[in-house]
Amino acid sequence: MTTLTFALLIAGGSVTAGMLGALTGLGGGIIVVPMLTLLFHVDLRYAIGASLVSVIATSSGAAAAYVREGYTNVRVGILLEVATTVGALVGAALSGVIPTSALAVLFGCVLLFTAVRSMQPRTEHDVLTTPDKWAARLRLDSTYPTGERMQPYSVQRVPAGFSLMFIAGILSALLGIGSGIIKVLAMDQMMRLPFKVSTTTSNFMIGVTAAASAGVYLHRGYIDPVLSFPVMLGVLAGALLGARILGRANTKLLRQIFTVVVVVMALEMLYKGFTGGL
Amino acid sequence: MSDPNPRDKNAHASGWSDHAVEQFIGRLLQVGVLFAALVALVGGLFVLVQHGGAPVSYTVFRGEPELLRSIVSIVRGAFALNSLALVQLGLLLLIATPIARVAFTLGAFALQRDRTYVIVTTIVLVLLLYGFIYGKA
Repeated sequence: MTTLTFALLIAGGSVTAGMLGALTGLGGGIIVVPMLTLLFHVDLRYAIGASLVSVIATSSGAAAAYVREGYTNVRVGILLEVATTVGALVGAALSGVIPTSALAVLFGCVLLFTAVRSMQPRTEHDVLTTPDKWAARLRLDSTYPTGERMQPYSVQRVPAGFSLMFIAGILSALLGIGSGIIKVLAMDQMMRLPFKVSTTTSNFMIGVTAAASAGVYLHRGYIDPVLSFPVMLGVLAGALLGARILGRANTKLLRQIFTVVVVVMALEMLYKGFTGGL
Repeated sequence: MSDPNPRDKNAHASGWSDHAVEQFIGRLLQVGVLFAALVALVGGLFVLVQHGGAPVSYTVFRGEPELLRSIVSIVRGAFALNSLALVQLGLLLLIATPIARVAFTLGAFALQRDRTYVIVTTIVLVLLLYGFIYGKA
């Protein structure tokens, strides 16, 4: 295949991935690596490098808007970034020694988990205002806009959330994903932040988490310019397009399509992992 | 001028309220991503013009050449208008954008004399720079 054809096909696939990611709120990063490896037979290391770069672009782009609207909890984000950054560097170190087949199996499992989470109905829990020892000491409690006023909330179980963020960092580096699903799980379910604050703060952290391992991978030669630029620009364009048509799109149907795509990719990743075909 | 954001009770003599920091961080991320994407796009078009017809395959991992792996050689190559190095510079700027955000946040916490978060943010920044500059994990 010539470079031009390849770049155009990759860009087309990446636009679709970015659009699906933005419309379903699950991020496109999780399907970029399977697309590159399974569909275009790209080596896993190149795929992870390109995917991480695209994850930085889309998350930073989206975070720019959210942080200005006052949803993002910057203190919670910075604090948890200690855990995700350490995790990402540990993951980058591990990626040099873990065999590709094991990574494929791990990827399959994370994809299945994503599919399960995307099918679960989103339940908004009550906003808590009971003080927590760690949250008070670190001044994590804040307010967020609910339309008519600024609603105060308090943050719970900081050590548990911090620990899960370490895992999110490892997975981000090993698989070239943003790990948004796990970050939201930690903040929404464990630390009891309001859902909108959890998703926007997750987005805020994803860029830093991905940058930690992407810096290492650049030096290791995992980031190829010719592969990465159509992926990055494609996912970014897709995400911007997705955000623009969000109000008009049938997100329930898209979510179902996305889940089917993720399950198919999960099964293929598991199969390739167990048969050593990746 | 009164600001409706109640978090501005956190405003300091330095003039950097939490709200002002959020506005600046948002703008920084936006400009960083747009500029990086633009550099990568220009470089990418150059690459396609120069090498568009050449065959390409990523099935076997070879690793990038030294020119596209170290910060100094990427910057040097980009200024010499090497198309591949120009794309790589765009990607490098993209990776640097969240790092710049952390550096700016550190400055804001320092101006607010928020010692706890100066320490927390410094840890994050040192870890990021370590990976970014030394490439070790």
